[in-house]
Amino acid sequence: MAYKDMVVLVVDDFSTMRRIVKSVLRDLQFKEIVEAENGAEALAMLKSVKVDLIVSDWNMPVMTGLEFLKKVRADEQFKSIPFIMVTAEAQKDNIIEAVKAKVSNYVVKPFTPASLAEKIAKVISQS
Amino acid sequence: MDIALINPFLAAAKHVLKTMAGVDVRPGKPFLKKDDLAKGDVSAIIGITGVASGSMALVFTEKCILGIVSSLLGESYPKINDDVRDAVGELTNMICGDGRRRLAADGFSLQAGVPTIVSGKDHSIRHFADGPRLAVPFETDHGAFMVEVAFGKPH
Ligand SMILES: [Mg+2]
Repeated sequence: MAYKDMVVLVVDDFSTMRRIVKSVLRDLQFKEIVEAENGAEALAMLKSVKVDLIVSDWNMPVMTGLEFLKKVRADEQFKSIPFIMVTAEAQKDNIIEAVKAKVSNYVVKPFTPASLAEKIAKVISQS
Repeated sequence: MDIALINPFLAAAKHVLKTMAGVDVRPGKPFLKKDDLAKGDVSAIIGITGVASGSMALVFTEKCILGIVSSLLGESYPKINDDVRDAVGELTNMICGDGRRRLAADGFSLQAGVPTIVSGKDHSIRHFADGPRLAVPFETDHGAFMVEVAFGKPH
């Protein structure tokens, strides 16, 4: 599927970070981008929109990105959606936890647009 | 206060602003801060717990943060608004996270809370611990900002 036909769900409690991620996605020619402010909103979004890629923060109120990831991977319908965690929580233990929960890839904040773009291309080519 | 707990946050401020906004920062002389007055127009403070407990704050002058946010988001902002306050919060998250990651590499495990953002002339910053507060002024091409870190017994 071409990037322009894919729907991307961007999840972060800060609008600043959603804007930065969206601008990287638009530069890659993604056209359909939906947003949520936490894991719970993101789950609700998955139930109403068919999503092809998730780019999510970890540290959020209500439901964290890790809990959201676990729910996605436990759901028959959503479990194969590529899931990139973009987070300031990048201590070794965090990364191990996310990998155990089957994250597709991991981007550490702060990041350059090129490094995020590269991880997005990689997870899509593997899916 | 252990300077080994402070330096990683200063390195983090430099790294985050350069990577995310392309802004170069020049640290000035650190000093012990005695009062709660914020030397700037918008600030964010975030609580830190773990092997040490305390807080980190960032205090920006208006000119400085407007320059940083404009290059961060590729859009110009004539004054401090909700978008700018949101950016101050997320910059604080990232700087605190990057500083904690540097400390974790040295064996200090720390967690952080959610930043509180305050703006307005002469607002104050109340750190979460009673210990000494170390402040480091920074210069950028857009203007000045300050990083404050305090560890000690919780209030
Ligand atoms: Mg967050």
